[in-house]
Amino acid sequence: MNRRSELMLRRRIVDLMFKGFCITVTMLALVALAAILWTLLARGVGGLDLDVFVRATPAPNSHGGLANAIIGSVMMCLIGMLIATVVGVLAGTWLAEYGQGSPYGSVVRFLNDVLLSAPSILVGLFVYEVLVAPFHGFSAVAGGCALAMIAAPVITRTTEDVLRLQPSMLRESGTALGAPMALVIREVLWRSARGGIVTGGLLAFARISGETAPLLFTSLSNQFFELNPLKPMANLPVVIFQYALSPYDDWRRLAWVGALLIAATVLGVTIVARIIAREQHRP
Amino acid sequence: MEHTFKAIDEDLQALHDDVVSMGELAVTQLVSAVDAFLRNDREAAARIALQDARLDEMDADIERRAVRFIALRQPLADDLRAPIAAMKAAMNLERCGDLAKNLAKRIPQLKSAPETATAKGLGDLGALVAKRLAEVMDAFRSMDSDEAKSVWQRDADVDALHEKVFRQILTSMSGDPSSIQASTHLLFITKNLERIGDHATNIAELVCYQATGVELGERAKG
Amino acid sequence: MSVEILDAPEVQVLELPPDETRIQVKNLNFFYGTKQALFDVSLAFRRQSVTALIGPSGCGKSTLLRTLNRMYSLYPHQRAEGQVLLDGEDVLARGVDLAALRARVGMVFQKPTPFPMSIFDNVAYGVRLYEKLSRHDLAARVEESLRRAALWDEVKDKLKDSGHGLSGGQQQRLCVARAIAVRPEVLLLDEPASALDPISTARLEETISDLKSDYTVIVVTHNLGQAARLSDHTGFMYLGQLVEYGETDQVFTSPATTRARDYITGRFG
Repeated sequence: MNRRSELMLRRRIVDLMFKGFCITVTMLALVALAAILWTLLARGVGGLDLDVFVRATPAPNSHGGLANAIIGSVMMCLIGMLIATVVGVLAGTWLAEYGQGSPYGSVVRFLNDVLLSAPSILVGLFVYEVLVAPFHGFSAVAGGCALAMIAAPVITRTTEDVLRLQPSMLRESGTALGAPMALVIREVLWRSARGGIVTGGLLAFARISGETAPLLFTSLSNQFFELNPLKPMANLPVVIFQYALSPYDDWRRLAWVGALLIAATVLGVTIVARIIAREQHRP
Repeated sequence: MEHTFKAIDEDLQALHDDVVSMGELAVTQLVSAVDAFLRNDREAAARIALQDARLDEMDADIERRAVRFIALRQPLADDLRAPIAAMKAAMNLERCGDLAKNLAKRIPQLKSAPETATAKGLGDLGALVAKRLAEVMDAFRSMDSDEAKSVWQRDADVDALHEKVFRQILTSMSGDPSSIQASTHLLFITKNLERIGDHATNIAELVCYQATGVELGERAKG
Repeated sequence: MSVEILDAPEVQVLELPPDETRIQVKNLNFFYGTKQALFDVSLAFRRQSVTALIGPSGCGKSTLLRTLNRMYSLYPHQRAEGQVLLDGEDVLARGVDLAALRARVGMVFQKPTPFPMSIFDNVAYGVRLYEKLSRHDLAARVEESLRRAALWDEVKDKLKDSGHGLSGGQQQRLCVARAIAVRPEVLLLDEPASALDPISTARLEETISDLKSDYTVIVVTHNLGQAARLSDHTGFMYLGQLVEYGETDQVFTSPATTRARDYITGRFG
């Protein structure tokens, strides 16, 4: 009995130590996160006013806003998401439904995984070589393409994963009724996996909304309002980059506001993704 | 091979053993009854009549346990045939016991032991029937369908001997009118013995049914 | 009291006359890659009756079922050799229109799989694939199928609701309704009640029993009682072979082969 209670005691001590370690480390992470958020809020909120959403980026030492950067980011993210969604969902579907077990499918999957973690600056350089240099001009379209190349692997991966989670019996039920595979995928599997695919898309969007490096090489930036996608366009990340390092107070203030806006967008999108994911699980 | 669920084997074995015991008792009752009749032993007759209650009990118990087995074990194939055969065999043995008791009850009605020729005839018939019953119960114990089939086929022997004794009694009845009352009892006793033979044949059919699932054909009616 | 069957054959398969046969399986061998799962299986499924396939796990009964509607063709490494004649035509032949075949041979699976759409759309799904029906006719067909599957009364007021809102037993009956809506000739059921409670099972069994008058029904089941209740013929399979096939009452009261007898009575060794 003594041996037993000795063992139990030792186990409880180890258990407590491990728990303590986990809690400490978690606290550290939370503290760091809280510090970042607090800083963003503190520095950013002060500069928030209506002008931010209405006026274009100002010249140094003058009052202005981030409207053109916001519009630019939105436009480029939209272009990027459009391309990435089409490519990503179709590629993910192909991998899940037709690419199982084939060597070609394994290669595609592997390359997708490589692209997933490719440094975004390399993507930017690549798009520069292909869409900027030959046409002698930065453009929002090039920026959008760069973002698409970053978002597409994410969507491919999540689409494939969520489709593979669908029970094979569901697939077979559709086929057993005599429906061709393409129809089963479209009308049954995609609908069934809807929540997962949308979540993947939202997460990809959250990822690209903050990417700076690729945009530096592709859309660069623009001081003024610009709606022509074939011209360089302002965007939040690059503007933050420029303004944060500048000596002007106004610009630095706007940089913090921009950072806050991006953080708020990502937070909002993540929350929406979570809500959708939860909705899926409630039958 | 044994059942994976052992309780089924245990239940079936218990049911089987009980039918075998009941058969032993029925044979004993029959042999004692014939013996008591030949010696006109009234005390033995009374004991036999009382002992019949035990056979009735055993029949009721076997039937109850067979129904329970069917309800709780949902048996199929030979497992289903076994309790059914057990129930029917018990019923046949219980009737044999009743017939033996009936025989014993007639003994006090007879003033004396039967006269020699008739006694010999009835004694032979009684011995033959008792032997058949013992043989068929032996076949039941070992579930030997060949042995059972041979009993079934020899049913004709019992019928033939029964015919002979029956006519003998009728002859003596017509020869001596004062013996009509006694002779009538003898006729009934003869009939009872023949009926026991029929029950033995029934049991032979049950053995074949349980062992093979195939029923023996309609036997020749004697 | 263990009884040995005298002169028991190794295999006993009842043959049916051609005019009673809906599907004739001839010398069927099946392979998962290099592993063989069915060995020279031949039997005749009777029209307008229920046939049950029983046997221990891995004996090949589901594999056999899935060759009848070429479901295995979805998977590249599975192949079948031999013949499966549906009304005389070999469904294993090259160039068979699989979609058309599956419209004639329907299947219900082990777990209920309602599509992520409304109850009405679920039942109408197969019909819409093949037939151009007016709205009125389609609604009539959906109602007829739901009635036949004993589900109409429970869902008639909520046809627009999602199929996922139904209970397990109802979902399974929805799958049956969906399968019979296209008016197949044969209905294959792969352990249809294994995920259901006793009440749902009883309702489903009643539905299956009722369908027998119009369809050739083949049921794979683990539940011997269910096979005994539902079927007219029963086939016992073991390790990829068809060991015994005959009328259900004969198979369950006096099986001819020792292997079938042992399985049915619970002598698993």
